[in-house]
Amino acid sequence: MSHSIKHHPDGATLVSYAAATLAEPLAAVVACHIAMCPSCRSEIADLERVGAALLFSLDGQPTENALEPLQRADRQYPQATPSSARSSDRLPSPLVAVYGLKMDSIAWRRLGPGVWHHRLALRQRGAGDLRLLRIAAGRRMPNHGHGGAELTLMLEGSYSDSTGNYRRGDVQDLDEHVEHQPVVSADAECICLIASERPARFKSFVGRITQPWTGL
Amino acid sequence: MLLLTTTAQPAGKALRRSSRRTMPDLLSRIVIDRSDAAFRDLFEAYGPRLRTFMMKLGADAHVADELAHETLVTVWRKAGIYDASKGSPTTWIYTIARNLRIDHLRRRRVWQELTDEHVSALPSEDLPADEVVNERQRQVRVQAVIKDLPPEQVEVVMLAFVEGLAHGEIAERLSLPLGTVKSRIRLAYQKLRLALEDLR
Repeated sequence: MSHSIKHHPDGATLVSYAAATLAEPLAAVVACHIAMCPSCRSEIADLERVGAALLFSLDGQPTENALEPLQRADRQYPQATPSSARSSDRLPSPLVAVYGLKMDSIAWRRLGPGVWHHRLALRQRGAGDLRLLRIAAGRRMPNHGHGGAELTLMLEGSYSDSTGNYRRGDVQDLDEHVEHQPVVSADAECICLIASERPARFKSFVGRITQPWTGL
Repeated sequence: MLLLTTTAQPAGKALRRSSRRTMPDLLSRIVIDRSDAAFRDLFEAYGPRLRTFMMKLGADAHVADELAHETLVTVWRKAGIYDASKGSPTTWIYTIARNLRIDHLRRRRVWQELTDEHVSALPSEDLPADEVVNERQRQVRVQAVIKDLPPEQVEVVMLAFVEGLAHGEIAERLSLPLGTVKSRIRLAYQKLRLALEDLR
């Protein structure tokens, strides 16, 4: 599976993910991508080594409070968690783990002709927008720009725009300056996970999807 | 009363000695000897820097102490199942501290896994056979890359990893355009990749 992934998050995005400074919805998409992409997983591990080197280069602040003794519960070993916790679902394991979703039982809501979505709740209010989007085969999206960063992870089917063709596992990492007009391949519908830093942008995007447009 | 593994030494001397122990030593000692003294050694070695790390994201002294303590309690509890071949112990501690910091101080859902989780989650065929030898080399290279980075790149990388600032916040802090911040981070990242390329 991994050899077919061609589009990865930008280096600056990976750094933010490893430093945990990425907004919650964008971090969710990167987590799902690395669950499918061993090479990015290993990039993240290297960046975590950077984090460790920087953390342990800090000057220590000696603690003023007396060291709390260990509680009885702290002394117990946890059971090793079996790695079989990984899902065999077509949805990436972090989505299965956090939202308890399965690919074939997503409660899709229709947005307009040939477009459905499923919104995913975030812990941090106002942190942006995270949702699954399902688009019928052959649909052309309206040409749109982005206010703030937007990350899209392809899960089923494929789409193309001027930057290339995106398939399962591929990520499109767009900043605020990019405009694009994705076209879903004619042979199958596409399902993607899409995160946006600014919720309002998605609404205007949805508005344009659901409006009838010319040029098809 | 301290429970010491070494019997014939005064407590103070044993502690001074043990605080110079390396992390793998400390970990294996925790696994064998689950005493208050072993935990104290771990805390002496790593607590102060973890405390600084927590304060960087706005924790007050009390909360910083609690989070440093919680980080090392997690190390303590999981030391028995942590497999050193899966990554360096300091990287593991970093990921624990990072996630606690985000969870408690930023109140964001943590999507990042701990190194003990994400490596064990890998299908075994994805793990290079020489992973163990690799680990030490990678750490040395990473430290060398950081040392060689130009000051303006070290600055942005520190602001991200240590101060916990997002790209936009770094841009604000340094009065730089967002694009400049991103390209500096990207340059530092490319140097890291280049330095580790032949170890893949």
